[in-house]
Amino acid sequence: MSERDLKRPHNPQASSDPLDYNGLNCPVPLQSYPNIILGHGGGGKLSAELVEHIFLPAFQNDHLALLGDATVFSIDGGRLAMSTDSYVVRPLFFPGGSIADLAINGTVNDLSMSGAKPLYLSAAFIIEEGFPVAELKRIADLMGAAALRAGVTVITGDTKVVEKGRGDGLYINTCGLGIVPSGVNIAPNRAAVDDVIILSGTIADHGMAIMSVREGLEFEADIESDSAPLNAMVAAMLEKCPDIHVLRDPTRGGLAATLNEIAQASQCGIEIEDCLVPMDPTVQSACEILGLDPLLVANEGKLVCIVPKAHAAEVLQTMRSQAVGKEAAVIGRVVTDHPGMVVAKTSIGASRVITVPIGEQLPRIC
Amino acid sequence: MKYLTEYRDGAKAQRLAAEIRRIVTQPWAIMEVCGGQTHSIIRNGIDQILPEQVEMIHGPGCPVCVTPLAAIDKALAIASRPEVIFCSFGDMLRVPGSNDDLFKIKGAGGDVRVIYSPLDAVRIARENPEREVVFLAIGFETTAPANAMAVKLAKQQGITNFSALVSHVLVPPAIETIMNSPGNRVNAFLAAGHVCCVTGFAEYPALAAKYNVPIVVTGFEPLDLLEGIRRTVLQLEKGQAKVENAYPRVVSEQGNRAAQAVIEEVFEVTDRGWRGIGTIPGSGWRLNSDYREFDAEYKFTVSDISTCESPLCRAGEVLKGAIKPNQCQAFGKECTPRTPLGATMVSSEGACAAYYNYGRFVHLERPAIAEQVS
Repeated sequence: MSERDLKRPHNPQASSDPLDYNGLNCPVPLQSYPNIILGHGGGGKLSAELVEHIFLPAFQNDHLALLGDATVFSIDGGRLAMSTDSYVVRPLFFPGGSIADLAINGTVNDLSMSGAKPLYLSAAFIIEEGFPVAELKRIADLMGAAALRAGVTVITGDTKVVEKGRGDGLYINTCGLGIVPSGVNIAPNRAAVDDVIILSGTIADHGMAIMSVREGLEFEADIESDSAPLNAMVAAMLEKCPDIHVLRDPTRGGLAATLNEIAQASQCGIEIEDCLVPMDPTVQSACEILGLDPLLVANEGKLVCIVPKAHAAEVLQTMRSQAVGKEAAVIGRVVTDHPGMVVAKTSIGASRVITVPIGEQLPRIC
Repeated sequence: MKYLTEYRDGAKAQRLAAEIRRIVTQPWAIMEVCGGQTHSIIRNGIDQILPEQVEMIHGPGCPVCVTPLAAIDKALAIASRPEVIFCSFGDMLRVPGSNDDLFKIKGAGGDVRVIYSPLDAVRIARENPEREVVFLAIGFETTAPANAMAVKLAKQQGITNFSALVSHVLVPPAIETIMNSPGNRVNAFLAAGHVCCVTGFAEYPALAAKYNVPIVVTGFEPLDLLEGIRRTVLQLEKGQAKVENAYPRVVSEQGNRAAQAVIEEVFEVTDRGWRGIGTIPGSGWRLNSDYREFDAEYKFTVSDISTCESPLCRAGEVLKGAIKPNQCQAFGKECTPRTPLGATMVSSEGACAAYYNYGRFVHLERPAIAEQVS
């Protein structure tokens, strides 16, 4: 990074070297936490360290190394996509959805982010002793309804019961298989300079909905999770433009983590504008009250699409014609400057770097 | 959004910046006292649109950052005890003590809970009569009324399994310390709007007169901050040193009397150690003798814990405005938000974390993003 890229401190006595931002992304060893902390599941740097230092070395192979939401592999000339995810949300029911919706939609969306048409899911239930059967039935029925809505079939499953106190009610794991249409090549490392970045709607709805019920916080209006299957919209987008370069759903770690992963994988710079990112006013207020950055809050029914400039307008229009994408907006572009980094233009016309969260985002004291 | 978007208007911000550019004739160093203001300045890039002559120095107003290491170590010692439910505001959890942080205590089986209101800690105590509930009561004058109210309520309701580990700090003594410190470069202060919302600003005219320094009570949104800076520069250029209120929609001169009353009832002034700065006489509040039985320091006999800071960390110089965060040798190397040496790198309000998270660029001129899809 050259010196002119950095705003120099006004202090004339300043003598330090310009900060080497690229150096800051070097992997650091798992040094300070001998035990797992909640932040290791937050989708930020701590999560990435677990994957890098523990899981990648244990399972080493080229498919896993790509670190996509789903992995695409070939069998007899056809291309399949596979993905798995576990659902541990508390409470099990929340405004706008339930663990059942997340368990189906989450895996469907992970498959969709490879461009695949999701087909089959497995479902495994880890149930704590004492869990009401009526509630389990309700959740299973809701999963069935969600699968129907997404157009996928649950074809295999498993049930385990753990002793009282050894689980938190109910955990669900789903694994999904889908088929990737020919001519589609979507991967986190395909963002190219001048590509346009489209976001499918408002951010931070899911994370704030969960927080409002979990922490007993009440806001003036209800905040609802955005949990939804995105496969129908993705299919329509690919029909218009098979050459979509990147799709990601900004779940844990939020939009900030997703954009950083893409910038890192593609070694391009990403530039967005704060004021172009759609937000529900109530959600924005809730984030302000708690001192949370909405860019770091989880979403469950949104995607980021990176597409060649020539196709951006038609892809945007296609997204807006779907219920799950009606508030889609262009939020930024891929640039040659600051490769591997995400920079936002602020509402007053200045700029700031958007970094990856460390672990769980912490509400500020005041 | 009401009271939010209208204070983030880009065009108005540029007009205010242009006005500041028009009136400034020489270099000035202005300290924003509050960490929330630092956060907003860096997040919005306000310093990037100011003229070169106006330098913002980030003051010691992040409560998480100035809480002394000894207080953190006391918190960790108490939180490790099996009978304790330890309640804290969220951003205290990652602040490093000598060996651990609250996250590690939690990971090792400690019952550490993030709360949003101090009254939640009192409720948890009521619901868990067989446990000891300890609340980490830190912050400036802003958080003091709610913290005081929690202790008062616990006493009223006879909740004896509740106590508070208090490490409150006060703004005016910190301003004095900065003005008295050798090599001080601060020409003017933006006073913290939300502190003044509680205390009012009757204490400030004496400070402004004694040190011949303008003090402008300022809010937190971009237009609030730019207006505060504009008024400050105007005073500096005219050679004035007055107290002004640029945040009248929230702050009145007398402040919040009800909040002051509960503070007076529960707290008393004490000397307080500031992380990276040292002890400042009369710069803190602790529980007074009427409420001693709710003081966790006495209840758990941790008052003899004292600790040293990392020798690499220059947080004190950052907090006093002597250096910028990126002038510290450890910045971005040994010290990152992932591996913080000092608390200024931990809280998102901390000057070092703000620099790290929102490190700045000169923005190259390009057509607006919205124009490319048409």
